[in-house]
Amino acid sequence: MTQPILELIDVEKSFGSNHVLRGVNIDVAPGHSLVILGGSGSGKSVMLKNALGLMTPDSGKILFDGDDVTYDQGKEREAMRARIGMLFQSGALFDSLTVWENVAFRLLNAEKMKRSEAKERAIETLKKVRLGASVADLYPAEISGGMQKRVALARAIITKPDLIFFDEPTTGLDPITADAINDLIIEQVKALGAASISITHDMASARKIADEIAMLFEGKIIWRGPASDIDHSGNDHVDQFVHGRADGPIQPSI
Amino acid sequence: MSDASTSKSGGFPNPLGWIGRAAIGLFAEIGRLIIYSGKVIGSALSPPWNLTQIWKQMIAIGFYSLPVVGLSAVFIGAALALNIYTGGNRFGAEQFVPNIVVLGITRELGATITGLMLAGRVTAGIAAEIGAMKVTEQIDALKTLSANPFRYLYAPRFLAACLTLPLLVLVADIIGVMGGWLVSVYGLDFDSTTYLRNTIDFMTTEDVMVGLIKAVVFGAVIAIMGCYQGSLSKAGATGVGRAATLSMVGAAVLVLATNYIMSTLFVNIGL
Ligand SMILES: Nc1ncnc2c1ncn2[C@@H]1O[C@H](COP(=O)(O)OP(=O)(O)OP(=O)(O)O)[C@@H](O)[C@H]1O
Ligand SMILES: [Mg+2]
Repeated sequence: MTQPILELIDVEKSFGSNHVLRGVNIDVAPGHSLVILGGSGSGKSVMLKNALGLMTPDSGKILFDGDDVTYDQGKEREAMRARIGMLFQSGALFDSLTVWENVAFRLLNAEKMKRSEAKERAIETLKKVRLGASVADLYPAEISGGMQKRVALARAIITKPDLIFFDEPTTGLDPITADAINDLIIEQVKALGAASISITHDMASARKIADEIAMLFEGKIIWRGPASDIDHSGNDHVDQFVHGRADGPIQPSI
Repeated sequence: MSDASTSKSGGFPNPLGWIGRAAIGLFAEIGRLIIYSGKVIGSALSPPWNLTQIWKQMIAIGFYSLPVVGLSAVFIGAALALNIYTGGNRFGAEQFVPNIVVLGITRELGATITGLMLAGRVTAGIAAEIGAMKVTEQIDALKTLSANPFRYLYAPRFLAACLTLPLLVLVADIIGVMGGWLVSVYGLDFDSTTYLRNTIDFMTTEDVMVGLIKAVVFGAVIAIMGCYQGSLSKAGATGVGRAATLSMVGAAVLVLATNYIMSTLFVNIGL
């Protein structure tokens, strides 16, 4: 087997008495697309933030391209992040900057590219997510939610990362827009040859994006398999999730 | 944490436990604030500087605070003159009004009143802005895009506040003295020329400098408290609102506390 681009080994993370991650083991191979399912509040976002170094695990290890990056700081951390793109659950566009400045943020700041050149690159990338040059000078608050997701996607792919995280890229969108975003994600990830980890609780998205699917439940990965196996996983939790039933081993968190 | 001690004593809160926890919590908080301040100051003092951001912040902090600072200063100066006149009157010393007004404004009130007004206007604004960025994951996004929030967000606000506050205090000094002059000339029958001459003769560079040095420190307090509370903000509108309130109260208290410490220091070294 090839060396995984990212590997989480026994990662644990608690907030006070809230034991969110209880030993997560997962890996993704270069160029592969992994989708992680899990209920609201099951710790999917926390898992991604640990992988990115935005949170430090209480115990366990995170390997990026074979290197232990769990406690990296400064230059090593930057080097890793330069190779990763992230699409946040809330989009997280900077509302004080225009659309193109958002997209080109890394080029302008970390890479000190000239503004004119960076803007050109930003507009080029916006085109890839089917946004015209006319939105480049607008502010995030002036465009729709679906467009914001596209801008966030453009920001995540502009530096051609090796690994991209998608935290619920389609929640809050209507089914048609969601489908368009899914298509864009697949298209762009394929074009880059990047690996991706996507979080979702939308089964339609999961089927569409995934090479492999894994399920996070009670702080652990309880099932993992090829996307084609999702309908006959032999796992009650997965079955319940796939069919969206309220009764079963998973208790709704209300 | 909190439920452990209540359950042990059978549902009644244990007062000693509560005091102990509060004290430990306070020291831990002070420790965190000091470490945070160190990081902000460290980033602010090392190049390269983000001049665009600093300039934007200077306009936001300084220019738009002019009306509130000017208004507060004119009223404080006027009230000060009136009170000194009333007090001085009791032992025939009312001619010292201009001297004491200019001393009080330049050494103490110009800076304090500016610091307090900005603790409201600017600190709360910074905390709300940073807090909103925190809860919408923009701070996390900055980090993933290899921009250090200390360099990109906090240091420019810190520098802008430290550079702008002295300018605002100069304005407050001038307008404050003018407030005293207005009341004295139009309300208390002072001669305008004599009043101004006494003011200028009595005013010293040291007194003005004392106010300006205080202003730099207040600038630091105001920016750091805003950024600190904002960056700790909990999710939701209430979280951001709470951060703004906490930052404002903290900054106001710290302005008065550091003011007293600095006043003591300056008196002791003969400034
Ligand atoms: N910074 C934090 N401090 C304290 N608790 C946190 C923090 N971040 C997340 N949590 C807690 O961790 C748990 C998991 O949160 P997380 O955001 O990972 O859920 P999720 O699986 O992404 O859910 P959703 O699908 O709703 O986004 C929640 O109980 C949440 O309250
Ligand atoms: Mg989440």
